[in-house]
Amino acid sequence: MSNVTMTVNGKTVSGSVEGRTLLVEFIRNDLHLTGTHVGCDTSQCGACAVHVDGKLAKACTMFALEANGSEVSTIEGQANEDGSLNVIQQAFKDHHGLQCGFCTPGMVMAAADLLKTNSKPTELEIREHLEGNICRCTGYHNIVKAILAASGQDVSNIAAE
Amino acid sequence: MYNFEFKQPKTISEALNALKSDEAEALAGGQTLIPTMKQRLASPATLVSLSKISEMRGICKNDDGSISIGGGTTHADVAANSNIFPGLVTLAENIGDPAVRNRGTIGGSLANNDPAACYPAAALSAGATIVTDSREISADDFFQGMFETALEESEIILSVRFPVPSLSSYQKFVQPASRFAMVGVFLSKFENETRVAITGASEEGVFRWKEAERALNEDFSEGSITDFVLEPSGMIGDIHASKEYRAHLVKVMTKRAVKSAS
Ligand SMILES: Cc1cc2nc3c(=O)[nH]c(=O)nc-3n(C[C@H](O)[C@H](O)[C@H](O)COP(=O)(O)OP(=O)(O)OC[C@H]3O[C@@H](n4cnc5c(N)ncnc54)[C@H](O)[C@@H]3O)c2cc1C
Ligand code: FES
Ligand code: FES
Repeated sequence: MSNVTMTVNGKTVSGSVEGRTLLVEFIRNDLHLTGTHVGCDTSQCGACAVHVDGKLAKACTMFALEANGSEVSTIEGQANEDGSLNVIQQAFKDHHGLQCGFCTPGMVMAAADLLKTNSKPTELEIREHLEGNICRCTGYHNIVKAILAASGQDVSNIAAE
Repeated sequence: MYNFEFKQPKTISEALNALKSDEAEALAGGQTLIPTMKQRLASPATLVSLSKISEMRGICKNDDGSISIGGGTTHADVAANSNIFPGLVTLAENIGDPAVRNRGTIGGSLANNDPAACYPAAALSAGATIVTDSREISADDFFQGMFETALEESEIILSVRFPVPSLSSYQKFVQPASRFAMVGVFLSKFENETRVAITGASEEGVFRWKEAERALNEDFSEGSITDFVLEPSGMIGDIHASKEYRAHLVKVMTKRAVKSAS
């Protein structure tokens, strides 16, 4: 076992892990932050997406020890300080961007990653950025709409689907 | 997956030392190796992470005009770099998805030589040189069939040197489930030769389509390859596309590459 220390959602955490312990296992099993999901465990679905040193990463395709010394953010760190939903989360709620919600943490993390560098993305840019995030329920339409809305763009002409 | 000892050297020489131990393997972005280990298709006893070796990352322009890309440079960093020529930018920014591009590296992609991977086509088409810890290998000698390369055990790719073509294009027909290339064509036009490398199509892995190269050397236009018929035998045939369809796609995508080269 080896020691690992990282900052998760602004708090310093440490633990003892095996070489093979995945970052997502450390986050879920050791830190009990179960908002980060495991959908496929084969690097395809993006349900496990987190930010590592400010970059979007699939936490199922990274070892915990690779994040030693890194800053990690997960869905649990996304809400506003008073606990209310942040603008992306609220937009998902308002625009029916989720049904079962399993993909949602990854979707929100991918959306936050996009809006950081592109404050007014087009529909195509949003769809391209979500390439690695699979949703079995919504058909993506309302997810894209929610992200457009979260970026302050007018979505009143886009039909609800 | 089976457990292993994890090592995270900070320098190339430490990494080479660590790789000498029995059943040691290099880990770069892990975007191929970690899924492979989960399936128990790889089970190294020691995993040597290259990601903390800063001398293996980065992109620079050489005096002769060529560009060198560190073996540990991520796809995202290649896509965002202003020294990179157009075909290679398109290639890097369309690998997989944003999370894969943030971690996957050019060295890992070339070492792995997946028959549907993108980078092997760029390296072969542009006539790149693969620089390892012990030698320089030309792309023409590097790729030796599906998942096979000239790399010796524990030899690592430190950088890749690309001559800069005057025109280039990468045309990828995406296999929509995996995001890899069903067929990908990289075209590089230099002052006195044009090179065309095809990925995703052949059972032998990436290859140069020399017949098309000869025709394009004489007349750089879509028309010069219109009448070619590529033999389906030797092409990959699977649930995604038949041999015949892939052979057809090679021609279509090559024509698109000629048309869009910039
Ligand atoms: C969802 C998904 C979609 C993808 N889509 C595409 C795509 O469209 N096109 C594409 O080309 N690829 C695609 N990939 C693969 C991706 O580009 C990988 O990043 C790449 O193939 C391997 O690079 P890596 O840095 O992750 O290497 P790793 O997975 O860490 O290693 C792969 C192999 O290379 C060896 N290795 C790594 N670095 C070196 C080095 N410097 N020297 C010697 N050996 C080394 C390792 O020992 C290992 O055997 C995709 C992957 C995923 C998960
Ligand atoms: S669980 Fe990580 S990509 Fe699906
Ligand atoms: S809301 Fe169910 S998977 Fe996306």
